[in-house]
Amino acid sequence: MASADHPTSAEYIKHHLTNLTYGQHPDGSWGFAHSAEQAAEMGFMSIHVDSMAWSIGLGLVFLAVFRRAASRATAGVPGGLQNFVEVIVEFIDDTTASIFNHKNDLIAPLALTIFVWVFLMNLMDLVPVDWVPELAKLAGIEYMKIVPSTDPNITMAMALSVFALIIYYSIKCKGVGGFLAELSLHPFPSKLMIPINFVLEFVTLIAKPLSLGLRLFGNLYAGEMIFILIALMFSSGLLIAMAGGVLHFAWAAFHLMVITLQAFIFAVLTVVYLAQAHDAEEH
Amino acid sequence: MNIGLTLFGQSLVFLIFVAFCMKYIWPALKSAMSERQRTIAQGLVAAAEAERKLGEAESGAAEERAKARAEAAQIVDQARQQASQMIEDAKSSARLEGARLLEAAQAEIDQEVNRARESLRRQVATLAVAGAERVLEERIDPSAHARLLERLAAEL
Repeated sequence: MASADHPTSAEYIKHHLTNLTYGQHPDGSWGFAHSAEQAAEMGFMSIHVDSMAWSIGLGLVFLAVFRRAASRATAGVPGGLQNFVEVIVEFIDDTTASIFNHKNDLIAPLALTIFVWVFLMNLMDLVPVDWVPELAKLAGIEYMKIVPSTDPNITMAMALSVFALIIYYSIKCKGVGGFLAELSLHPFPSKLMIPINFVLEFVTLIAKPLSLGLRLFGNLYAGEMIFILIALMFSSGLLIAMAGGVLHFAWAAFHLMVITLQAFIFAVLTVVYLAQAHDAEEH
Repeated sequence: MNIGLTLFGQSLVFLIFVAFCMKYIWPALKSAMSERQRTIAQGLVAAAEAERKLGEAESGAAEERAKARAEAAQIVDQARQQASQMIEDAKSSARLEGARLLEAAQAEIDQEVNRARESLRRQVATLAVAGAERVLEERIDPSAHARLLERLAAEL
């Protein structure tokens, strides 16, 4: 590592893209990684403490706010918080009802959780990139990535959880045979074509969680990267710093749309995939 | 950027959060919302019903008002007729009474005149007799006659 006080641009970017990682060092001992290289050496046996903490914290914010509204929910005149929460619930309920035509009490709360939680995680992207890491540095924490959705672990974990639900409901609604038939007798309804069908359909199936998780990760990672690059301008003279300020504002305004849209897309695609899992197709 | 245990951690948290939302958040909010929806729907129906009733009541009231107005007009008319009738009656009875009173007064006057005439007539006879007596007492005294006659005249 170069001097921590005056990092080069590359070091600055790398620092911002490194998670606070706790895991098993190659020598078998457990501890925090003190550099990106150490974190990489840990391999699978590592956990991103910052991603998990922010993700759980934001999820708890969501649950606390909505739980508060739910426990005080009244059929009479709603207060401010209840109004706010009900707008979101209504929005998700309408969206879900227009896509998902089966009876399943899980789908709407699932979509609500995904939408609000992912939105909150994405929202952390709008916090200026240096604020929290600098504070963390003062507190003696080396790395601090505050946007959980720029961590592929987080987005893929959610996508794979949704994928597990897809498999579960496919088998529950169609049976193992029905599910396999769907995978193998489509799109060419002929016994000879089963291998080709299976390859095609299996790719389609696998593409669902991959596209779901990587889309969110890609959008947010790119957005975060641009914020970091803009932040680099702040240390390069007054004029460039002012241009950086303008750029930062413009990108934040645009990104506000992106983060809402990505949260919504994740929730809607989840509902769509689960609706497909429930649909017993005609052959 | 490495895939690691975070994957499992986040999956676990995700499922727990979804379960919590499904159990403790969504049903309460949803039931409150649908209950309010029902209440509002009922309120709207009741409002429509009340409006209909109000319309009915208004048209009924207008009818009643018109009826009352007609009745009042009729009563006023009748009263006016009755009043003019009474005035007419009073006038004619007053006229009759006047005539009767006039007649009675006339009769009384006539009676009085007759009575006066009778008493005058009686007094003239007495005076004539008295005059004649005086004349016969004095006989031929012209001055006496004259005096006598003057006295007679003065007595008249």
